[in-house]
Amino acid sequence: MSDLNKLTISGARDALAKGETTAVELTEACISAIEGSGALNAFVHNTPEMARDMAAAADARIKAGDAKAMTGIPVGVKDLFCVKGVPSQSASRILEGFVPQYESTVTQNLWDQGAVMLGKLNQDEFGMGSSTENSVYGPTVNPWKLGDGVDRTAGGSSGGSAAAVAADLCLAATATDTGGSIRQPAAFTGTVGLRPTYGRVSRWGVIAYASSLDQAGPITKTVRDAAIMLGAMASVDAKDSTSADRPVPDYESALTGDIRGKKIGIPKEYRIDGLSDEIDGLWSRTAEMLRDAGAEVVDISLPHAKYALPAYYVIAPAEASSNLARYDGVRYGRRAKLGAGDGVVEMYERTRAEGFGPEVQRRVMVGTYVLSAGFYDAYYNRARRVRALIKRDFDQAYAAGIDAILAPTTPSAAFGLGTADKSNPVEMYLNDVFTVTLNLAGLPGISVPVGLDKQGLPLGMQLIGRPWDEGGLLNLAQSLETAAGFASKPARWW
Amino acid sequence: MSITEDEARKVAHLARIAVADADLPALAQELNGILHFMEQLNEVDVEGVEPMTGVEPMRLKRREDVVTDGEQQDLVLKNAPDAREGFFAVPKVVE
Repeated sequence: MSDLNKLTISGARDALAKGETTAVELTEACISAIEGSGALNAFVHNTPEMARDMAAAADARIKAGDAKAMTGIPVGVKDLFCVKGVPSQSASRILEGFVPQYESTVTQNLWDQGAVMLGKLNQDEFGMGSSTENSVYGPTVNPWKLGDGVDRTAGGSSGGSAAAVAADLCLAATATDTGGSIRQPAAFTGTVGLRPTYGRVSRWGVIAYASSLDQAGPITKTVRDAAIMLGAMASVDAKDSTSADRPVPDYESALTGDIRGKKIGIPKEYRIDGLSDEIDGLWSRTAEMLRDAGAEVVDISLPHAKYALPAYYVIAPAEASSNLARYDGVRYGRRAKLGAGDGVVEMYERTRAEGFGPEVQRRVMVGTYVLSAGFYDAYYNRARRVRALIKRDFDQAYAAGIDAILAPTTPSAAFGLGTADKSNPVEMYLNDVFTVTLNLAGLPGISVPVGLDKQGLPLGMQLIGRPWDEGGLLNLAQSLETAAGFASKPARWW
Repeated sequence: MSITEDEARKVAHLARIAVADADLPALAQELNGILHFMEQLNEVDVEGVEPMTGVEPMRLKRREDVVTDGEQQDLVLKNAPDAREGFFAVPKVVE
C-alpha cells in the first residue's frame, strides 16, 4: 500500500486486521512525512525511536490476536500532555528542559491500547491563544496555502495538532480545548475536532491552563475516527477528582446514520454583526442538510450567549493566575540567573518575566487583578454568576427537547500569520466568540469541515451536544459530514 | 474602573513578574483595554444568581486516607534547577 500516512484510523485498523500493512510500515510512512514537514513547524519534539519500538510491539500484539481499536495507530501528542521521558513544556520557555517522570492518563490510555507515539505537537503557550503564534517554538503554518503565498495560521491553541492531521503527518492527534482550542484549529484546517463533556477525559498529567474549562479530545480526519479515538482517550480516573464516574460507552456503535426525529436548535444570538454572508449561507445550507436527513430544525434563544466571551476572559485568566503560580524556578523548568545579593523574590520575578511570553504574562496579571482584594466581587464573582446564567440557557434549551445546537465554529476562515494587532489583545479574543460558550457550560462540541470559502480555505460548522451524549453528537456530526461531502486536501507545498 | 501605572506595578508584583518601569504605561493601557471589554458583564442582572463553581453538581470524590504513592525523592527532584542533599535549594530567604 502507498501513502500509508494518509489513512484514517478506521482505514488503518481494517488494513492492519487484514494483514495488508503493518504498524511498522504505517509508522515509517509517518516518520518520513514528519521529516519533510519542517516548514509547517507542527511537530516540535520527535520521538522516532520510541515510535519504532511501539510499532514493533503493536505488530506483535496484532499477530497474537490481542488488537484494540488503536493498536498500531501512529498519533501526535499536543505538547502539554506529560509523556514520561519526553520533553513536555506546553510551548513555554519556563518549562525548558522539563522532562516528566510520569505519564498523563490520556497518553497512558492510548499506549495501553497500542497506539504509537510520533512526537510532541506545537501549540500556544499554556493553551493561551488562537493562532499558535504565542509559542516558544515559533508559529505553526497552516498546510492550506493559496496562490497569494501567504502563510496562514492553523488556529490555536492546538494548531500543531490540527496542521499535523491535515498534512497527513500522523493519523490523528490529541488536543485540548479550554475556549475553543480543538474546534477552531480543526475548522481552519479542514479536520474534525471533538471537545468532550467536562469530566469525560482525565486531566491528570495535562499541563493546566484553566481547570474548570480544560478538557482533552481528539483531532482526526473523520467523525468515525473521532469516535474511535475518544473511546481510547476517555476513562474514569481516580487521579482526577473531576473525572466523571460514568462508564465509557462504545462511541463508534452510536454511528447509526439515522438522525430522524432529532431536534436541532439554531441560536439566534449567534447571528452576530459582521458575520460574513458566506458563513451565514453555509450555516443555512448545513441546517438544510440535517433537515433533509430527517432532523427537525428549530430556532432557539440563548439570551446570555453574548456575555460568554467577557465572562471567559475573567474566569480563565483568574484560574490561570492560580495554576501558573507553580512556575517559580524552584521545582522544575527554568530559573533566572541571579546576581549577588538577589533574594527569593527577585528569583521568582525574574524567572517568570523571562520564562513567560507576553500573552501569558498578560493573562496572569489580569487574573491576579480580578482576584485581588476589592475587585473579586466586581469581576470574578460577577463573571461566575453570568456563567451560571449561560449554563441555564443551555439547560432550558435541552429541557425543551433540543438534541443539539448548530452554529459556525469561527467567524472567518484562517487568517494570515502576523496580521493581528499586537497592541489590541481583545481583537484576537474575538476569534473564540462561537466556541467559548460551551466551555463555560461544560458541554461537548464538535467541528466538522463542511466546505471551502471563495478563496479556497476550509470552513467548519459546530454541533453542540447534550452533556454526556457524545454518541448522539457524533452520529449527528457524521450525518453532516456525509451530506457535506468535504473531501478537499491541502496541496503539498512544504 | 481604570488602571494607573502605580496599580499596574502593584499587579505585576502580586503576580511575581518583573516589569521594567518603562514598560508600565503600555501594560496599564493593555490591562485597561481588557478590563473595559469585561465591563459588558455589568449589563447583566445577576441578582439572586449563585456564582457557578463547577460544571456538574457533584461532590468531590473522597477516598480512604492512605498513602498511595511516595518514596520517589529522586524522581521528584529530577527536574529541579538546584537540588542539594535531597532538597530543593533556593537563595537565602531569612537573614
